[in-house]
Amino acid sequence: MSLKSLLNNGPKVINIGMERFYSDLREQEVETVMVDWKPPLGGKELLGKLRKIRGDSVG
Amino acid sequence: MDKFEIANREALERLQRAEPHIVDLGIALEVIPGMERNMILHAGPPIGWEDMSGPMIGAVTGATIYEGWAGTPEEATEYIDKGNVDFDPCHHHAAVGPMAGIISPNMPVWIVEDRSSGKRSFATLNEGLGKVLRMGAFDKDVIERLHWMREVLFPVLKAGVNRYVRENGGLNLKSLISQSLHMGDELHNRNRAATSLLIRALVPSLIESSCSNDSLARVVRFMAGNDHFFLNPGMAAAKVSLDSVGYVEGSSMVTVMARNGTEFGIQVAGLEEQWFTCPAALPDVLLFPGFTREDVNRDIGDSAIMETYGVGGFAIAAAPAIVQFVGGTPQDAINYTREMYEICLGENKNFTIPSLNFRGTPTGIDLLKIIETGITPVLDTGAAHREAGKGQVGAGIVRMPSEAFVSAATAFADKYYQ
Repeated sequence: MSLKSLLNNGPKVINIGMERFYSDLREQEVETVMVDWKPPLGGKELLGKLRKIRGDSVG
Repeated sequence: MDKFEIANREALERLQRAEPHIVDLGIALEVIPGMERNMILHAGPPIGWEDMSGPMIGAVTGATIYEGWAGTPEEATEYIDKGNVDFDPCHHHAAVGPMAGIISPNMPVWIVEDRSSGKRSFATLNEGLGKVLRMGAFDKDVIERLHWMREVLFPVLKAGVNRYVRENGGLNLKSLISQSLHMGDELHNRNRAATSLLIRALVPSLIESSCSNDSLARVVRFMAGNDHFFLNPGMAAAKVSLDSVGYVEGSSMVTVMARNGTEFGIQVAGLEEQWFTCPAALPDVLLFPGFTREDVNRDIGDSAIMETYGVGGFAIAAAPAIVQFVGGTPQDAINYTREMYEICLGENKNFTIPSLNFRGTPTGIDLLKIIETGITPVLDTGAAHREAGKGQVGAGIVRMPSEAFVSAATAFADKYYQ
């Protein structure tokens, strides 16, 4: 999207994670799509161990 | 398939193989394993008197008066302060209790048996909504109702259940739950269909076994006036089914989720019966008129056993009528159920959701999937007032806090990572 197009037509937003950003944009009538995503819990080291236990079958 | 997948498949299979039936009623002291004369069982992970929240203190105070150990709330506090009462989680005694989950020695309880493993579980009789012991209320009306339940409801219901069991060999709860999901219940916050089916099943036996028309009428009226009457035997069905899973080496399936009003705790099939705890959630629920957010106690109750079993909040797509009560839309309900599939090992073979083309409910919560996706379980539950004696303040969807799952996953990694 060119700068001119952005200024003329407004942004089209894909919001990942924080729903608040999505609802704020929707309230301002900005075209927005919400991707419901959360980061894994417990940090990388724990996730790495669990993935190895499962033979990378998790997820 | 690796050994961890095999373990989880085995755990899920055992859970769904369970055949919970109501087989009898009894008095807690006489039937609950390990119950003592001076013992009070409570919801959630272990907790001492000094750490209990308002509704738990209120319910314990009420039970102390009900047992005749004290005449007033002040006497009850003094009696407990002196160390006269031993506290233990319901879960350590094959029992479960909604909200404060208090079971004292002379309370009547349902006895539910899994016909596949022979194991048994126990739960009290549901008192109704509003100002009730399980919500922390302990005034005169609450205590009088408990005595009526012991003196009238219990013997009439026991005689009816005994007759039903003689004729039918037990009341099949799995079948009843399965039917109720097709009638608009999710079996945690909505039990209207299940309660109706329970009454329909028992009434002929109650009539045939009752000696007093007056008592029978009061018992049937009491059950019919309480849409949550089924919740307690439903919870016992879930408990005995999850107990039948037992220890499964290598399984990351969650077998217990419970809250005591202070802490939230879980257990996992592959980590024996170890508790993993963290502070309980502060429910952001729809409040009854007159209450504010400051009135709400931390999440409380063993009723999370329903979600652990694959119903309740996990099956809320089956219960469009409840979503208005808990503040949402039917689409929200479908979204919650769909989200829970992401953290479960499978889809239930017995419990299905009409609005999802009869898809099986998300069943067998997988600790590892929770860590991977960052999605924690949702419960469709009630909320109690933070002060003792005030009762229920609202109901709604509550998401379980992540810390207990991270602790359990860390222990799982420590045990199985090589």
